[in-house]
Amino acid sequence: MSEQLINIVEEESSKIAREKIPAFAPGDTINVHYKIKEGNKERIQQYQGVVMQIKNKGTNGESFTVRKIASGVAVERIFPVLSPFIDKLELIRRGKVRRARLYFLRGRKGKAARIKEKL
Amino acid sequence: MPGIIGKKVGMTSIFNADGKSIACTLIEAGPCVVTQVKNTETDGYRAVQLAYDDRKEKNTPKALKGHFSKSNSTPKKKVVEFRDFRAEFDHKVVLGNEIRVEDIFAENDFLDAIGISKGKGFQGVVKRHGFGGVGQSTHGQHNRGRAPGSVGASSFPSRVFKGLRMAGRMGSDRVKVVNLKVMKIYPDKNLILVSGSVPGAKNSYIILEK
Repeated sequence: MSEQLINIVEEESSKIAREKIPAFAPGDTINVHYKIKEGNKERIQQYQGVVMQIKNKGTNGESFTVRKIASGVAVERIFPVLSPFIDKLELIRRGKVRRARLYFLRGRKGKAARIKEKL
Repeated sequence: MPGIIGKKVGMTSIFNADGKSIACTLIEAGPCVVTQVKNTETDGYRAVQLAYDDRKEKNTPKALKGHFSKSNSTPKKKVVEFRDFRAEFDHKVVLGNEIRVEDIFAENDFLDAIGISKGKGFQGVVKRHGFGGVGQSTHGQHNRGRAPGSVGASSFPSRVFKGLRMAGRMGSDRVKVVNLKVMKIYPDKNLILVSGSVPGAKNSYIILEK
C-alpha cells in the first residue's frame, strides 16, 4: 500500500526526465550533454564514455557511472538520471558485456579495455 | 494553530530547480472530520477537534460512538485537538465538516510535523545522550569504552544528582520537527510531500501544523 503511494510520487516527479533518456545498459557508450552554470550563463558540456554501472535502478535516486580516458587520464563521472542538468543523452554504441558492474575496466587500458559491440 | 492529522507513508527524493536532490517524506494527510468545535464561552478556550482514520464500528466503545454521532461521522481511530485554528479557516471548521490537506496547506508553505519517534529500547549513554566514550584502547583501558564514568564523586557530593544523564529507554518520544517545506500536494490522493525527515515509523500518525 505505502509502496504504491510512493511509486505514484516517484513516477510523477520523474516522468519528464525519463522521457528524455533512451534505454541504455552497462557496457554501452553514451554521450551525455550536461548543462553547466557559470555565473549566470549556462553552457552545455559533452561527456562521452562507457557506462560502468547503473545504481538504484527504478528509483528516484538512480545514477550511472561513465568512464572515459581524457588526455591519458581515466575519468569516472557519476550522473543522477533525474538531474535537471542532463540536457540530452545519446546512445552511441551498444556493448556486449556479461556483468552489471564493469569494475574490471579499471585495471585495463588501451586494447584490453575494448568492449565488443552488441549487434 | 491550524493543522491536520496524517500517516507517514515513507521517504523518497526529488530534484528541485537548482538540480539538488532533496530527501522528502510522503505523508497521507486527511481527510479529517471536525468532531468538536470549542469556544471561549462554553469551554474557556478556542480549539478544533479533528478525527482521522476509520475504525471498525464493533471495536468502538459506545461512549465514542456517541461522540462521533454528534458530528455525523463514522468512528475514527485518531482524535487530535488543535488550539486556536486561525480565523481564516472559520468557514471550514463547522461540526461534521471534512477538512482536506489542500484546505490547510499550499505548496512552498512551511509546516511543523509531530510524531512518536521509533523506539530504540534500553540504550547506553553513548547512543542515548551522545557521550564521547573513551576512544582509546591503550592507557589501561579494559572493556569500559562506552561506560558513563563517575556519577556521584566521593565525599562531596557523595550522591547522584537528579536528572543525571544515564542509560535507559530511548525513543518512543513525542518529537516535533519544525519548518519543513511543503514540496508538493496531491489533493486527489490526500498526499503531501515535505522536505526532510519526520519522526516515527511508517504508518505511524503524524500531526502537521502550520
